Amino acid sequence: MTTNRHDDVIEVTDLRRVYGGGFEAVRGVTFSVGRGELFALLGTNGAGKTSTVELLEGLAPPADGQVRVLGHDPYRERAAVRPRIGVMLQEGGFPSELTVAETVRMWAGCTSGARPQNEALEMVGLARRSGVRVKQLSGGEKRRLDLALALLGRPEVLFLDEPTTGLDAEGRQDTWQLVRALRDEGTTVLLTTHYLEEAEDLADRLAILHEGRIAVSGTPAEVTATQPSRISFELPEGYFLGDLPPLAELGVTGHETAGRTVRLRTHALQRAATGLLVWAERAGVELRGLDVRSASLEEAFLGIAREAGAQRGDGDAGGVAGAKDKETVA
Amino acid sequence: MSAVETRAVGARTVTTTRAGRLAALARAELTLLMRSKGTLVLALVVPLVLPFSARQVTEGMELEEAGLSLGAVLLTAAIGFSLLFAVYSPLTSIYVARREELVLKRLRTGELNDTEILVGAALPVVSIAVAQSVLVAIGCAVLLDTGAPQATHYTVLGLVLGLVLSAALGALTASFSRTTESAQVTSVPMVFLSWLGSGIMIPLEVLPDRVASICELLPLSPAITLIRGGWTGDLSAYDALGATATGVAWTVLAVYAVGRWFRWEPRR
Repeated sequence: MTTNRHDDVIEVTDLRRVYGGGFEAVRGVTFSVGRGELFALLGTNGAGKTSTVELLEGLAPPADGQVRVLGHDPYRERAAVRPRIGVMLQEGGFPSELTVAETVRMWAGCTSGARPQNEALEMVGLARRSGVRVKQLSGGEKRRLDLALALLGRPEVLFLDEPTTGLDAEGRQDTWQLVRALRDEGTTVLLTTHYLEEAEDLADRLAILHEGRIAVSGTPAEVTATQPSRISFELPEGYFLGDLPPLAELGVTGHETAGRTVRLRTHALQRAATGLLVWAERAGVELRGLDVRSASLEEAFLGIAREAGAQRGDGDAGGVAGAKDKETVA
Repeated sequence: MSAVETRAVGARTVTTTRAGRLAALARAELTLLMRSKGTLVLALVVPLVLPFSARQVTEGMELEEAGLSLGAVLLTAAIGFSLLFAVYSPLTSIYVARREELVLKRLRTGELNDTEILVGAALPVVSIAVAQSVLVAIGCAVLLDTGAPQATHYTVLGLVLGLVLSAALGALTASFSRTTESAQVTSVPMVFLSWLGSGIMIPLEVLPDRVASICELLPLSPAITLIRGGWTGDLSAYDALGATATGVAWTVLAVYAVGRWFRWEPRR
């Protein structure tokens, strides 16, 4: 996907964030998000998602590197950026003794071009809870109140830090539907999540963060394509691996065996599966436990975590030589 | 979930104003204060009851030799307690509570700037203190014949310095308090120091000179000196200038310290 540089709503260049204790949470992150695009930041806990998003929201200045949101520095030019963005933090903060309606009223008084307060609550399905104190809301309801406030000012750019954590399946679907509708109306959305299906479903593009760096980025399809598909089965009695057709001809790029179970990795799933099945048919054998699956974002995600873990192991053995590696795939 | 509508580029929108933002935040804080019965009772009752319950102590002092009337002493004590128990102490707890509930962090993602957040949260308690001061002044004028202040500008200046400084010190104390419970402990030194040393309970005039000249340098002393001096009219221009300089120095220092050290988020 190509984006016109002039249309980039969020531009992040070699971003770094170092906490007080010296911990470097963000270690040189670069990406951009075009107008109307939905960009997802994925990563395990502690990967640096929230640390990155907080810099984009202007809550803290970066230790190094540059952030531009709508052409402005979100930290130094806060007043220029804030009226045009909506933010939902990973953990919302609302006084527990205020009611939902009082919370929205307070926020509306501080928001340029605020929607009617009831409209905001209806969008997230909280209108009937408006008289309830925040402390009596469920975790999911609190997340939806937070979302309502993020949407209150009809923002051009929306930052959602794990918007569906704590929601039940239905609430999650509702939120996805709402986020999709906003995107379709032209809102630029940056969301973090550790639900892979959420990113796969919603995102135009995504980046997987690992230990403060972008391990891989691209469209969900591009990221998935970096990973091989898998075929696994049990070798029939009396057969050996060598009895199979030559694996390279099937487009198999790697294999492993555990007892009688064989696992094949391939970027040409149809060719490999067809070759294997035709062989089995001709040999008149049954492949027990046959499992054929195309690559998923989940496999890409786990694969990246494994690879990075292995690399880190090497790095530890070889000193700090690998510290300057730029991990960019795709 | 159908009413989705984004702001069209260039569309006319209502922009918030500083006054509007402050009013919205202050209104929410006032609602919260009304629901926090303990804090409210303490803030409303202590400044009005404490000075008069300790009247015997005050009467035992040799006020007339120091050129002071009982009315002026009790009036200043009430305003001083108002600064401590209606502004400083509750505001410390309020800032800590909002920080620990991540309210401050959430507010910082919005259009309010940092100063507005701190000022907006302080407005209700500061208003209570102003109202109390006016009420006590009227009460003392009627019941204790204090009359009207002789140099109103000193009294007003003292009150303004006292309010700003108490709020700033509250924010600063909040930075060193992890929980609302610990805030009740961390705010004690300032309360006692001011109570005993800043002329709130014991006028500096009745203290030995050397002790008095040290006490004059405490944070709230200049405010109390100006408030009482403005009322009695006994404050010389020289003393007033000295008190104002000390008071402004403390206020500038406290406001700077808040800007430098105020904690917006809980410690990790």
